[in-house]
Amino acid sequence: MRLIINKVAIALSTFMAIIGLVFLGWILITLVSKGITSLTPYIFTHDLIDNGIRNLIWGQFVLSGLAAVIGIPIGIMAGIYLQEYGGHSKYSEFIRDLSDVMMSAPSIVIGTFIYAIIVVPMGHTNGWAGIAALCVMLLPIVVRTTDDMLSLVPIELREAGIAIGASKYHVTVNIILKAASSGIVTGLILAFARIVGETAPLLYTSGSSIYMETDLTQTFPSMTVSIYNLATMPDAKLVSLAWGAALVLTVVVLMLNILGRFMIKRSNN
Amino acid sequence: MEKLFQYLARASASFVLVILLSTVIILYINARPAIEEFGMHFIVDTRWAVDVPIEEVESSDKSSIPAVTTDSDTPQNHNISAIASDVKFSSINKQSAPLNIDDEFADMDEEVFVNEEFSTSLETNTKTVYGGAVPIIGSVFSIIIAMFFAVPVALGIAVFLSEIASERLSKPTSVAIELLAAIPSIIYGMWALFYFGPLISKYVGGHSVSLLVAGLVLGVMVIPFMAALSRDAINTTPDVLKESAYSMGATKFEVIKDIIFPYAKAGIVGSVIVSFGRGIGETMAVAFVIGGVFEFAGNITSPTNSIPVVLANNFSESSGMSMSVLYYLALILFVLSFTIIFLAKYFLLRRKAS
Repeated sequence: MRLIINKVAIALSTFMAIIGLVFLGWILITLVSKGITSLTPYIFTHDLIDNGIRNLIWGQFVLSGLAAVIGIPIGIMAGIYLQEYGGHSKYSEFIRDLSDVMMSAPSIVIGTFIYAIIVVPMGHTNGWAGIAALCVMLLPIVVRTTDDMLSLVPIELREAGIAIGASKYHVTVNIILKAASSGIVTGLILAFARIVGETAPLLYTSGSSIYMETDLTQTFPSMTVSIYNLATMPDAKLVSLAWGAALVLTVVVLMLNILGRFMIKRSNN
Repeated sequence: MEKLFQYLARASASFVLVILLSTVIILYINARPAIEEFGMHFIVDTRWAVDVPIEEVESSDKSSIPAVTTDSDTPQNHNISAIASDVKFSSINKQSAPLNIDDEFADMDEEVFVNEEFSTSLETNTKTVYGGAVPIIGSVFSIIIAMFFAVPVALGIAVFLSEIASERLSKPTSVAIELLAAIPSIIYGMWALFYFGPLISKYVGGHSVSLLVAGLVLGVMVIPFMAALSRDAINTTPDVLKESAYSMGATKFEVIKDIIFPYAKAGIVGSVIVSFGRGIGETMAVAFVIGGVFEFAGNITSPTNSIPVVLANNFSESSGMSMSVLYYLALILFVLSFTIIFLAKYFLLRRKAS
């Protein structure tokens, strides 16, 4: 009897695992088979106004790229403060708790926040608002990663640095950051991968433009928002364009993740 | 240099603090008109954008008001949802309107908009009542459906990966699961809109955009995330414990049930709570398939609404009180997710302590 129950339970667990994997495989197969048919050289060389996705790729890259350029240094510095200067003071514990909360705050709520402070004063959706929204998403992740990675660096390294007469700044930049660099870089790649695929905070901050746009004070093209808009269109051609864009987006996000994982592996060896 | 560096680090930390705190404060400031207007009653009020004569509201008990004086534009909204049935139209943003969209649809959008202005400007003796009950209930129910579906599957995957599958099988599967957790949620939404929703409506009945579909999609979306987290929790069980149970003749199922689950309980519960938090704030996967109508889902297969979807669909067309109401909803969502994170931390911390 016990053996039968055992068999049944194991079969059940395997079955559940198969169900889950089937669903996930189904999604991927759908995505690839629908997306690949619309991936032609044409869509990479034309803007959305001419049924291409060039401006969307550009827009998503600029929005998330600039968000990373602005957010990462601030986040790393804040992480350094928490670990090297703040320690376990009430102030830094409070910042830690707060960034934990923000890390899992619904992304759409961050969109409403940026809408109130940037879009309303400027009067229309614009690129900077999109960047700010992604930046607010990114900051807590970077702070958390840096904080965690620095805490793994053994205290002896710090003591050794100070013992040979290096200033705290030198110790931090030349010894501790170096020791923690691979972990931090991995965290940054994964954080970047997360904001690249974000839609909700961009919906009414950057909006999405169908033209090539270089002025960040104007409504800016965004790939994810456009996918959302296109997929709900009644026109089959636009829907298939949305699938193509979705495939491109997914491939980029997965590549970033694989890159991050590869770095973890390399640093473990 | 030394001083400058310290100063910069401190400034950055304070900057992060200010940004994060101001999120809450800005939400509250913007939501205040709605909070003052509707108070806590908002949470249980099922009416959305319904015009009610002012005297009635002030004199009588709110719950006794029949919700008959429906605003002229609400049925229109529903009509559009009905017309667009599968292709959920109400979400299309203003700025995308010129893009190949049928003129007919564009006109309708305008018509709705004009109607709204019309009714608020002329009928001065009524006021528009907003209640958040429909999206709040929609959010809660969709996440509950999601959890009913996701918890067994995710636990099955976690147990399978850590205890049943051979090393050769479990390694690549683990990586695949983790990668799937990284797929943007909008992909899940698209898949559900075009494939999963129609499938469900074919076999279960009802609409292809419904509470059930939304819940199941949420479930599918959080499965990889939950599976990866609970697998990590299960893997923390010391081998010594498992081996001693096996040596006493326990079957694999008994080891899983009596050794692994009790040991990893806090971690597993934590992973479920974290997934819950992630699911309840999820916008894109749900926005495609929940329907976006302000009606209770009388049936599990009827369309309804959830807080993030309301925010996503209505934000760019709102102003004044209707905007403030949306901020109120955002604040409620934030408080919900805050509570969930707090619970998760409590469970995870207790695991560390024990």
